Amino acid sequence: MATHPYIPNSVPAVRDAMLREVGATSTEEFFADIPAALRMQSPLDLPAPHLSEARLKRHVDGLLRKNQHCGVHLSFLGGGCYQHHVPAVCDEINGRSEFATAYAGEPYDDHGRFQALFEYCSMMGALLEMDVVNVPVYDGMQAAATTVRMASRHTGRRRVLVAGNINPDKLSVMRNYGRADLDFVIAPFDAATGLLDQTALASLLDQETAALYVDVPSFLGTIDDGAALAAAAHAVGALFVVGVDPLSLGVLATPASYGADIVCGDIQPLGMHMNYGGGQGGFIASHDDPAIVMQYPSRLFGIAPTSVPGEYGFGDVAYSRTSFDKRENGNEFVGTAAALWGITAGVFLALMGPQGMGELATGIAQRTAYAKQRLARIPGLRIAHGGSCHFREFAVNFDGTGLPVAAINAALLKQGVFGGHDLSADFPALGQSALYAFSEVHTQEDIDLLCATIEKAIQQ
Amino acid sequence: MKTMENIASHRQQSVRRYHQARWDEPVIFELSQPGERGILVPEVEPAIAQAGQPLAGLPASMLRQHPPALPEMSQNRVLRHYLRLSQETLGADLNVDVGQGTCTMKYNPKINDQLARQPGMSELHPRQPDSTVQGILEVIGKLEGVMREVSGMDAVSLQPRGGSQAIFANISMVRAWHESRGEAGQRDEIITTIFSHPSDAACAKLVGYKVITIYPDADGYPDLAALKAAVSPRTAALVITNPEDTGIFNSRIREFVDAVHAVGGLCVYDQANANGLLGIARAREAGFDLCHFNLHKTFATPHACGGPAVGAVCCTAQLAPFLPGPLLREQHGRYQLVKGGEQSIGKISSFAGAAPIMLRAYAWIMNLGGEGLRTVSEIAVLNNNYMMHELLKIDGMAAPYAPGKRRIEQVRYSWSALTEATGVTSEEIGLRAADFGVHYWTSHHPYLVPEPATIEPTESYSRADLDEFIGVMRHIAGEARSNPDVVKTAPHNCPTHRVQGDVLDDPERWAITWRAYQRKLGERGLA
Repeated sequence: MATHPYIPNSVPAVRDAMLREVGATSTEEFFADIPAALRMQSPLDLPAPHLSEARLKRHVDGLLRKNQHCGVHLSFLGGGCYQHHVPAVCDEINGRSEFATAYAGEPYDDHGRFQALFEYCSMMGALLEMDVVNVPVYDGMQAAATTVRMASRHTGRRRVLVAGNINPDKLSVMRNYGRADLDFVIAPFDAATGLLDQTALASLLDQETAALYVDVPSFLGTIDDGAALAAAAHAVGALFVVGVDPLSLGVLATPASYGADIVCGDIQPLGMHMNYGGGQGGFIASHDDPAIVMQYPSRLFGIAPTSVPGEYGFGDVAYSRTSFDKRENGNEFVGTAAALWGITAGVFLALMGPQGMGELATGIAQRTAYAKQRLARIPGLRIAHGGSCHFREFAVNFDGTGLPVAAINAALLKQGVFGGHDLSADFPALGQSALYAFSEVHTQEDIDLLCATIEKAIQQ
Repeated sequence: MKTMENIASHRQQSVRRYHQARWDEPVIFELSQPGERGILVPEVEPAIAQAGQPLAGLPASMLRQHPPALPEMSQNRVLRHYLRLSQETLGADLNVDVGQGTCTMKYNPKINDQLARQPGMSELHPRQPDSTVQGILEVIGKLEGVMREVSGMDAVSLQPRGGSQAIFANISMVRAWHESRGEAGQRDEIITTIFSHPSDAACAKLVGYKVITIYPDADGYPDLAALKAAVSPRTAALVITNPEDTGIFNSRIREFVDAVHAVGGLCVYDQANANGLLGIARAREAGFDLCHFNLHKTFATPHACGGPAVGAVCCTAQLAPFLPGPLLREQHGRYQLVKGGEQSIGKISSFAGAAPIMLRAYAWIMNLGGEGLRTVSEIAVLNNNYMMHELLKIDGMAAPYAPGKRRIEQVRYSWSALTEATGVTSEEIGLRAADFGVHYWTSHHPYLVPEPATIEPTESYSRADLDEFIGVMRHIAGEARSNPDVVKTAPHNCPTHRVQGDVLDDPERWAITWRAYQRKLGERGLA
């Protein structure tokens, strides 16, 4: 092919000179060790390329134009990925060439990467009131899956009790991830309140239980009583593990304050665009108990002096825990995951500060409450767990309208509105219900428009 | 006429007079000024504010009592702090990043970042109806098609968010396959090689297998006799890389695969790095059942300090029922996400994976085409053999195993002769290399090759770039003999100096967050 801008030595004269230098007549000689039977017999059958940047952009822009996005449509989707305003500085920093293209440099030539990630962990530690936070894993689901394995190794027990009101996809990830070594038991939740059934829970916790895993808020937006759950878990010697929406912590208590031993969650709400699910990143946090710290599979960065007084240095803490050091004898595995989103979440937390986090979470709680009141007034609609408090999202039941969620959502879409996530497949007991999420991007006008559009859809 | 100076005639030829930015930047908490704001959040309208106390029904213990102890900074101060940290980071864009072998540090085109940052990508919610995301689904569908063609496999999932997660997915599928045949109890061993990625062994253990590790024979190939001795009706799978980190293509790979198949095991090809084999050789022809590619290696998406990323899982039709869901289906040009099948291993990660990474890889492939991908591999391999040819001229450097053989995309070198002569280790050479603006890595543990260095030039660097890196190696090898102290005390030109590493392994003194650091100082009366 012609000389390509990404391949400097594709210039024929340069290529030929290099071949001569190494005593080869063609690049074919380098593949001499590959048996003929293993060689591709025909060229790769791929679509014709768009060789110029201009035509490539035109092609991809054409594809992306087929999408309808939340910058234009009004969206009330949530369920693990949330629309928030992303501060411009977050994008400015994660778009920096140095951060975007760095990888595995040393604490010296990548001092800035180590410091930025240490600061991310430190600000998460401040938000969570915990002393240990890991370098991000893939997403909140992976974080949850790892926390219960950590609890199992720590306690020497196999049984994990998981709250029934968590995201079903998260449960699927946890089950597959823990399958070889864990036994999962599901704790039922009360149909009326959306909260865990404390009586059932007490009967399911036993001396074999490694961990009680709960999401606060739950997938359905409800908020369980953390202190009661912590006491129940600790009474049988199990660890209390809480998955938390970090953004809620501007107003909700930290899991550490009500007794959580390990905390995890997803940092997507902290400055990541939704990216069709590509903005997820997982965190795990705990107290600085060496027995727990040694159970982390992930990178942990620490602060340390250097040979120059007054200079900050950073590096890997207890690297011998990891599979990088010990292969199958390390904890689980570690690899490339979501570090750039960690740096970005750090920028977000620094911009928000204590006041911003408080105002943001309070405003979301208020919009959630307002939307609950407004939606509850629509004939035929019912807030599924209306007597409970919610943060950010809640289930709306449409049974009284005689219409399935799919029909409501189709009618909303015609008006440029993405209605709530349809829960009917995953939570059949909730009937025709949808999960509606709210954030600071929504104005009163947006919420009123949603209600008016739903009313119109029902009437038609 | 006044004299005019030829500046270039005075420029040192061998190494760059380089110094990285050194901002001596405080930790961000030290920059806090109470009351400063970095950004304001939208206020609620009066009607919303009057909606009552939304969380009043909760026990008091569920409400935050003290604001989080986050720094308080005005916006430009946050920006400046992070810009300084970015300057103290040596990204691949800034250096001749051939020293991080196995990781394929190639050029990540800026246009792909620009495309992925458009709202038509960034503002998509993963739960939107399929009818509203046909563009991104088409990208994913077409990228799956490319992966099928490049691997020769029948089915693909792009859901894993990294290479290690792809390995985990593949080994989970191995388990599900044997379970479906009622052989899961019997087959409890996975065989891998010491030169395969640590995650190959670690994920096998995680999925519940005993791990058998094959070492290289005298020529550096995985030991075929050892494999034949290891396979049995207990073998669930072989997980192997080819070429391994040595860059030597294992021409008997088909015999490995056949030996495992003969006892009923599956074969998994770790192709995280396939940069030397695009359009040259595929998993299919070698008989593999599963493989994976790292889009952030071979397919040019940025490494991003360690993710976000994508590991593309590819498998034969007989393994397809076990793929993680959701699966993408296409009919008459319309795309739809459907649940995984009944035998699916379940979900591996959130939603459909890291879509903007897929978009970047798709754009890279569509800019190169089939012929371009083959050129990528041909030039990557040419660059590698050129570097080996030149590096081996340096006194003290060797390329163990298979003397005289060509290599594919990388080489694991050894400085052991130099270390014996001078006491300077490979790790120290790496730290000294940073003084000249290039990054260099030794190898994964254990160091089977003594004093290892793993160098992978990819297709992205010019001959002059490669010569510069070679010049740095030659210069440091010279220093090791003439002035070893300057190497042993490196780095000198980085943002920071040697870290007191013992602190990081001592539970009494390690500090993984600023609050832990402050607490531990306080407990010693040092705060």
